[in-house]
Amino acid sequence: MTKTKQNQCWIILGATSSMARAFAQAVADQGASVILAGRDMDDLKRSATDLSARGVTAEAVKFDARDIATFQPIIDRAGREEGVINAAVFVGSMPAQEDIDANPALIEGVVKDSHTGPAAFLTMLAPIIEDRGAGTIVGVCSVAGDRGRIGNYVYGSAKAGFATYLSGLRNRLTRAGGHVVTVKPGFVDTAMTWGIEGMFLVASPQKVAADILKAVEKQRNVIYTPFFWRYIMLIIRHIPEFVFKKMSI
Amino acid sequence: MVWKNNEYSGWGRVLKASAELARPERARSLKAAVAQHPCPAIGNCRSYGDAPLNDGGRAIDMTRMNRIIDFDADTGVVTVEAGITIGDLAHVFAPRGWLPAVMPGTGFATVGGCIAQDVHGKNHHNEGSFGQHVLSVTLFNGDKRTVATPTRNANLFRATMGGIGQTGVIAEAKLQLKPCPGDVMMVTERRAEDWDDHLALLDGSQATYTVGWIDTTAKGAALGRGVIEEAELAAGLLPKAKPSKKIPLDAPNFALAGPVVRAFNNAYYRRVPSSGRSSVKRIDDFFFPLDKIHDWNRLYGKRGFYQFQNVVPLDQAGALKAMLELIAGAGLSSPLAVLKRMGPGRAGHMSFPMEGYTLAVDFPARDAAVDLIAMLEDMTMDAGGRLYLAKDALATGPAIKAMYPEHGDWVKQVNKADPDHALETDMVRRLNLREAE
Repeated sequence: MTKTKQNQCWIILGATSSMARAFAQAVADQGASVILAGRDMDDLKRSATDLSARGVTAEAVKFDARDIATFQPIIDRAGREEGVINAAVFVGSMPAQEDIDANPALIEGVVKDSHTGPAAFLTMLAPIIEDRGAGTIVGVCSVAGDRGRIGNYVYGSAKAGFATYLSGLRNRLTRAGGHVVTVKPGFVDTAMTWGIEGMFLVASPQKVAADILKAVEKQRNVIYTPFFWRYIMLIIRHIPEFVFKKMSI
Repeated sequence: MVWKNNEYSGWGRVLKASAELARPERARSLKAAVAQHPCPAIGNCRSYGDAPLNDGGRAIDMTRMNRIIDFDADTGVVTVEAGITIGDLAHVFAPRGWLPAVMPGTGFATVGGCIAQDVHGKNHHNEGSFGQHVLSVTLFNGDKRTVATPTRNANLFRATMGGIGQTGVIAEAKLQLKPCPGDVMMVTERRAEDWDDHLALLDGSQATYTVGWIDTTAKGAALGRGVIEEAELAAGLLPKAKPSKKIPLDAPNFALAGPVVRAFNNAYYRRVPSSGRSSVKRIDDFFFPLDKIHDWNRLYGKRGFYQFQNVVPLDQAGALKAMLELIAGAGLSSPLAVLKRMGPGRAGHMSFPMEGYTLAVDFPARDAAVDLIAMLEDMTMDAGGRLYLAKDALATGPAIKAMYPEHGDWVKQVNKADPDHALETDMVRRLNLREAE
């Protein structure tokens, strides 16, 4: 199976985030065309224009993780592209835990944004990848999904569910020539983390995008970015529960 | 909009501020932030002094508003969000035959910052200032959006070019790029043996881009010696990019002590053969030589540094020579010093350029440097010259107002555009710039 970068198309879900923008730029720099999918069409159109001005084929489409009716048109649109269809999932939402405690109905939205919405989308996309015998899916999870912590365990549990979904999808697509990369970023300097107390070792969106691209090229299965989060989370995962339950990290 | 408490400084790192910063990533969130709390905007904070600072207040960090909104490949007209950097524009467009008409000495400067300081480049004698290539600018004031062009809202436009952000948050700008034949530079370097030789080479230069590095430690017969660089854009094969380096720590104070600087300058001067030489360079290596060394301002140590930059009229070259004598005698300066001949081009009331010679010198922050800069400020004023607000951290208000004859006109426009004084910065307060004399 040969892949030339010229006939690669990337669907970017949640393309308004700075991490997604940096990744779109990174794949576009390599000659791929991009489909920017998200809710804020004004902003997506602006990003598409930006990429077009930089010499890339880019298009904005509507995607709402909570509205499954928006999925099929994107799948159809991508299906018309020749070559290899890839997808990168950057969607997710993280309301403050205290807001969730005050209004538990918010949990449903978090799970739809961070897990079930993208999982449904990828399940619809999988047959195309199997059919063409190629294609990579990048799923952005979070180190928060590695262990439930007092500060954001609803978000963490949704991302953990998504990570397990990706693991199964990898198992399925590998036999058809496809590949799935699970990405677990640590703290990234985005609008989501801007102003949150207690951030450390914060990585730029460009650094994370470059790490993801490298993982795609090397067909890695699960990456932490920056890399040292693998070791931080290794330690955190191994703290016995009877100790961990009293900690607030 | 989330506001984050941040301590930040200008590039010289002497003056600092603590402010609540918002960093919008979308046009909508920028609009919301300005409407919620009207306040000044900042870019990459490459101004040296307090131009970007708003201690105890708020500021909007524009660095994530960095997209190209429109580009016409036939005319070279590009519309951008104001947080895009000059280096990014050069990187995107040079391979396709277009370049920002004016490029300052760092590619990290944002378009908004280039407008707010009406910056100049090594081609000022040919192309004038940055603002002269701005076709329109979109300003946000509270919930108001105003578009100004050289013909529509012309006074507001003039007040915005070089207007240190006082007419509104510069959200978007439309720029006329300049055609370029390729993305390499043919650079010729020549030694200038002394002051007279240096000026003669600058005066006689026919090149598109001309700049002189000056050895501010040379005295006596060698006073004013340096290296003249002349360059033309060209098509050719791109030399390999040198890897960029980082300065991981604040350097110790002796790093730029007198003997070190003298030895460095001597070597730097003799690096160019006495017969001169020509070479091919990458665009960014020629325009942004220091950008390869990230955070080079840390070389000055924790205390930071001042940059002094003035311009004096052509017939006051003698006064500038006297200033150089004073600088060389003091033995305080660093290797980074530039001499350049400017043309008359300027776009706004408060634009720095005037036809004459401009001198820029870095000084590590010491008490003696502060005294020296005060003397240089007086001498500049006596010579009918002016200081550059992008560099200034030490001047006094009356001096600045005397150096900028259109200051009164600017104050009128600015106070009309921002009647609540929401956009004032530490620099504006220090120099009392929003009040006419």
